[in-house]
Amino acid sequence: MQRIGVFVCWCGTNIAGTVDIDQVKQAAEKIPGVVNVQDYQYMCSEVGQNLIKNAIKEQKLDRVVIASCSPRMHEATFRKAAKSAGLNPYLVEIANIREQCSWVHKNKEEATEKAIALVRAAVAKATLNTELVPGEIGVEPRALEIGGGIAGIQTALDIAEAGYKVDIIEKTPSIGGKMAQIDKTFPTLDCSACILTPKMVDASTHPNINLYTYSEVEAVQGYVGNFEVTIRQKARSVNADKCTGCGICTDKCPSKKAESEFDEGLRKRGAIYIPFPQAVPNVPVIDREECLKFKTGKCGLCERVCPSGAIEFNQEDTLVTQKYGAIVVATGYDLINLDKFGEYPYTEHPDVITSLEFERLTSAAGPTAGKFLRPSNGNKPKKVVFVQCVGSRDKSSRGKTYCSKICCMYTAKHAMLIKEKYPEIEVYVFYIDVRTPGKNFDEFQRRAVEEYGVNYIKGMVGKVFPEGDKLQVHGVDALSSETLIIDADMVVLAAATKAKDDAQELGRKLSISTDANNFFTEAHPKLRPVETHSAGIYLAGACQGPKDIPETVAQSSAAAAKAIGLLNKGKLVNNPCVSQVDEQICSGCLACTKMCPYEAISSQVIEVKEQGKIVKKTVAHVNEALCQGCGGCTVTCRAGALDLKGFMNRQILAEVDAICL
Amino acid sequence: MGRMKIIPDAKKKELQQILEISGENVKDCMQCGKCTAGCPASSSMDILPHQVIRLLQLGQLDKVANSQTIWSCASCFTCTTRCPRNIDLAKLMEAVRLTIIRSKGSSRLKADDVPGKIDPKMPQQAIVSGFRKYNK
Repeated sequence: MQRIGVFVCWCGTNIAGTVDIDQVKQAAEKIPGVVNVQDYQYMCSEVGQNLIKNAIKEQKLDRVVIASCSPRMHEATFRKAAKSAGLNPYLVEIANIREQCSWVHKNKEEATEKAIALVRAAVAKATLNTELVPGEIGVEPRALEIGGGIAGIQTALDIAEAGYKVDIIEKTPSIGGKMAQIDKTFPTLDCSACILTPKMVDASTHPNINLYTYSEVEAVQGYVGNFEVTIRQKARSVNADKCTGCGICTDKCPSKKAESEFDEGLRKRGAIYIPFPQAVPNVPVIDREECLKFKTGKCGLCERVCPSGAIEFNQEDTLVTQKYGAIVVATGYDLINLDKFGEYPYTEHPDVITSLEFERLTSAAGPTAGKFLRPSNGNKPKKVVFVQCVGSRDKSSRGKTYCSKICCMYTAKHAMLIKEKYPEIEVYVFYIDVRTPGKNFDEFQRRAVEEYGVNYIKGMVGKVFPEGDKLQVHGVDALSSETLIIDADMVVLAAATKAKDDAQELGRKLSISTDANNFFTEAHPKLRPVETHSAGIYLAGACQGPKDIPETVAQSSAAAAKAIGLLNKGKLVNNPCVSQVDEQICSGCLACTKMCPYEAISSQVIEVKEQGKIVKKTVAHVNEALCQGCGGCTVTCRAGALDLKGFMNRQILAEVDAICL
Repeated sequence: MGRMKIIPDAKKKELQQILEISGENVKDCMQCGKCTAGCPASSSMDILPHQVIRLLQLGQLDKVANSQTIWSCASCFTCTTRCPRNIDLAKLMEAVRLTIIRSKGSSRLKADDVPGKIDPKMPQQAIVSGFRKYNK
């Protein structure tokens, strides 16, 4: 017979106010196996904990039931107390008589009855509890950073500075991301490149950082501390070790039809190209879709002019497999496609541009060398209209329901940049609401209005008609209820941000979830903002939701801190409450492998003795490091071969019996 | 001009009827004014399309019902296709017109006349509402 101790907590009046503690105690004393029952005002306090510890020692208790608050609150506290008194912590059971009883009931009699039932159930389960010992797994002291924008660079630098190796995987030929395309940053108007490019160089020269540019995640296996990632290094067709970055090949390339991704299509680039002059690494890449050599077999000019013999047309994609302890996802965002917004003739008229194109147009390194000119005729515009919320806060199928968060600020910035260079240009901003929370943000937007004379108009633009060389903007000032027509020269659309199109695909590879808008989901919106539901995988930047640069950098450092904390542990303790397979019963149907959300169950072939002969048999196998103890497999298994340690079927049924019988 | 009394529940029954007929929720509107900005008939309206929704939000049904606007609306659906909040303002206008006609107790629409007036090229709702407006 077990020697069970029951400890009833008052939780001040939280429990004692609604539950008759004495009655609970009396009932508990009568349960078979219970040898000691005590109560205290605050069981979680040091005095309360000592009460438990002493009872374990003096009464030689081998099971402990604590009737108190939710196990989410203090299970860990009581387990620790039991452990220090020499009892296996998994022999402690909590009866939640606060959240599930006293807080939700008013009638003291009924609440007391329920509390007694809950205690009875907990005792029934505790009787069947067994000692569980958590296992240990090693942690590979290396982190992977997926995405080489400002989020990825910041996280990688922080982790590298802490002394751990970091690899950055970047899909495009250069790190830098969206921030490299931006001209100035709000609210200080300092030059984006001036603050980003040194960080890019730091990342590339740091002894602990290794760059995989022009590469993608092919496959992810393993689990926290021991991820195994296969990286596809796409064929650059240029040998990065031999290339000196002299740029002769890019100058000589006869094919100049491709649109520069970096300049948002406002400039043409060669088939062999370096995305932008400050690219890291400063190594060109051949766009095989555009290259004459690949299309027709003729040309090969770059190979002939290269002074270091770095051009390699026969290069192929290579696959690298590397082990990582932690992964940080920082894949960033994109702008939505404006094809469906026919009222703003973005696809038809060159003078209707997106905000990102505007960044390139005002950038000193952009296609117009910083001169603000109309793409259609190269003349200086006289009137510029900005339209905010294009596709943001949009419940129709064309847009996104959320606020893109950055547009109010960058539109104010754009308006100021124009006014600073050309005060004579008239600037209009159509807005629905101006949202500028953030340090010095509202002051910044007000400066655009008060000092620079930008005309803010509350209302939307209904239609933009091209007429002659002008764009007739039909809008409304909703405050005065006047309809307006503005003969603008340029229209800049603040297109909504969206998650990367392949976010879901990457999420599947990593076993992390995405929300309805394809942004990666954090483990808790307030208290675990940089973690995912998969242990060891963290989030940084706009892949988790729209974010500006300061917020992205803050989140990146937070993700780095989490990753460093994990890498620093060296060894991880497993939750011992994981599934186990009864190989004798398992029929090898593997329905559990399909159900498992953590991909913790695989198959293995074992040898069993059957009627005197040794035969091979396929059975399910649980990876204890991956298993999160959700119990999904135990109810999926038709044969009942799977059981969750700490929550065995017979334990749960004993609880049910104790309540119902 | 006295002050407008804001009593959202003032015309609760009629407002509920309008919402039921149209199936639209006026509370979705953020007053961006895109309906007005693109409306081809706005020049002949005494209150603008976005103001119609605002007045409905405020329970000021009388102001809407007594306006020229609801009769100027051509049911061209420009506002409907462009609304970022997915509100069908053309339907709401029609619902207001219907409510007025119902309250007058005599519908001038004869069911038998409808089939003859249907033109496959025109939206059905446009015919119905146009028919109502000019059949006095």
